[in-house]
Amino acid sequence: MSKAILYDSTLCIGCKACEGACAERWGLPYDDKIAAEEKISAHKLTAIETHGDKFCRRLCMNCLQPACVSVCPVGALQKTTLGPVTYDAGKCMGCRYCMQACPFQVPTYEWSATLPRMRKCNMCFERQSAGKLTACAEACPTGATKNGDRDELIEEAKKRLADNPGQYFQGIYGIKEVGGTSVLYLSAVPFGEIGLRTNEPMEPLPETTWRVLELLPDVVSTGAVLLGGIWWITNRREEVAKAEGKRK
Amino acid sequence: MKFPKITVWRVIFAAIMLSGLAATYQRVFHGLGGSTNLSDKFPWGLWIGFDVMGGVALAAGGFTLVAMVHIFNIKTYRPVLRPAILTAFLGYSLVVVGLLFDLGRPDRLWHPLVMWNPHSVMFEVAWCVTLYSTVLFLEFLPLVFEKFGLHKPLAWIHNISVPLMILGVLLSTLHQSSLGTLFLIVPEKEYPLWYSPLLPVMFFISSLAAGLAMTIFESWHSSRAFGRALELPLLASMGRVLAVVLSVYLWVRFLDMAHRHVFSLLLRNRMETWLFLLEMGLMIVPTVLLYQKSVRWRPGALYACAVMVVFGLVANRLNVGITGIEAGSGTHYVPKWSEMAVTLSIIAAGFAIFRAIAGYFPVFEAHSHEDAPAEQAETEADPVVAG
Repeated sequence: MSKAILYDSTLCIGCKACEGACAERWGLPYDDKIAAEEKISAHKLTAIETHGDKFCRRLCMNCLQPACVSVCPVGALQKTTLGPVTYDAGKCMGCRYCMQACPFQVPTYEWSATLPRMRKCNMCFERQSAGKLTACAEACPTGATKNGDRDELIEEAKKRLADNPGQYFQGIYGIKEVGGTSVLYLSAVPFGEIGLRTNEPMEPLPETTWRVLELLPDVVSTGAVLLGGIWWITNRREEVAKAEGKRK
Repeated sequence: MKFPKITVWRVIFAAIMLSGLAATYQRVFHGLGGSTNLSDKFPWGLWIGFDVMGGVALAAGGFTLVAMVHIFNIKTYRPVLRPAILTAFLGYSLVVVGLLFDLGRPDRLWHPLVMWNPHSVMFEVAWCVTLYSTVLFLEFLPLVFEKFGLHKPLAWIHNISVPLMILGVLLSTLHQSSLGTLFLIVPEKEYPLWYSPLLPVMFFISSLAAGLAMTIFESWHSSRAFGRALELPLLASMGRVLAVVLSVYLWVRFLDMAHRHVFSLLLRNRMETWLFLLEMGLMIVPTVLLYQKSVRWRPGALYACAVMVVFGLVANRLNVGITGIEAGSGTHYVPKWSEMAVTLSIIAAGFAIFRAIAGYFPVFEAHSHEDAPAEQAETEADPVVAG
């Protein structure tokens, strides 16, 4: 069973307790100025965004089939069986393909550092491995952020949609988007209105490149036979021409 | 006689290299943040779009001509083979220099060679570029051996040359197309005028055109720089091949856009539309012109066509890598002065190093006896019969 986070925008009061807990868990500075930055960055791995009177929380979606994991040339990013997508800064060479490939624009970079790292939420992999809740879920005073098994959280979300149909936009963001994510959203309004991307493909993104990459052995072997054959034919033609020239 | 002109170029060269030096200082001591306009929302800029994607495509002449001369056995093109291999070897070396600027941790450039992820297009490109650079080095070595009269190693390298060249062509096919595959994973970001499942195919075909255009381009320049006669029948015939390759490329793009029903996007007054039209114009105009014999046989006109194709290719790579991504990323990107300075320095260094190597090693010597223009046939060299 993989772990997930359910964020219910209708329960969120924008207190930003999750931001503070997250900063503490990563050992990052947190003050009023940073609290006012409504976007994730290398020094703020989760952020509460204000959309009119609604809130939306941004963090790594820890996708079920993550684009970042598939594109990383050195395997610095891994999808764990537990659910979190982890990052090994010791392997990273800083090509930033993960940032380009992420459909949610989550990975951020330490742009001003001379030895920079990519930064992103890893759904408290260490805490969850030890059986604890994510720091954000533990800190949330209203239950807007809930941490648990993905299947159970989906059931919980469906129950909320059914119990209070008038209170919710009927849909769960993250069940099908890019093949499913470990962070699920509920909202009172259509998801686009709280700043979530609505043009995400429903297929897992790694498929798009794998369709081509898996052809490589075929292309290489066929190409080698073809090119070798062409070389053999064209040079044979020359040998024949030479031989005929001698005969005349 | 040309002294004042050369001085101007030298002054420009020095100015570019100095600005590159200042930009390098920025990059080393103030990181990517201090030297680029990249951001969390826009992680790839000019150094990837031009230096890597443009650079690799413009270096495609190496494998294109190796395939034509050695595998297809079209001997007519032999005189331009060595300059094409030199361009390719130099081009790939400069791509690596560009990467050293762009990577956050350039000291870990070697990581993909030991830390594998076969699912990553970037991993595949890293391996192909490393292996192909080695192949290019080995393809260039005979010139060094010739220069110093080392016959034994020359014979040794001749023995392995056929498998080596086939390997080079295969590796090039893979990574030229893979640079297009890189962008298949951003369907929600790439503007539909450029996003296509056929990106790898189109990157490959256009790299062939770029390689041919660069060969014409550098033949024209080196004939001026070294006072050689221009191999006009050869280049005119190459112009014909270029016209055909471009036609195939344009037709594939037309069909792709037709099947994806994106022509209506051209009615929108957006930056993407205009940059797309610029890119297309730079490809279509030379294609039409190159079908005219009078154009192919006029060195200036042929050169102008090659330059247009080179710019068209660069425009395409910049559009796929930068322009097409901007709207989808919800941001706008204009390169910082230091990004442009590094890019210009890399180009300038490319010209200077090519000139220095071509002046020292027997790059153009292989065909010097064929240069007498009076004996040049008045018909285009037939690539097949003349072999």
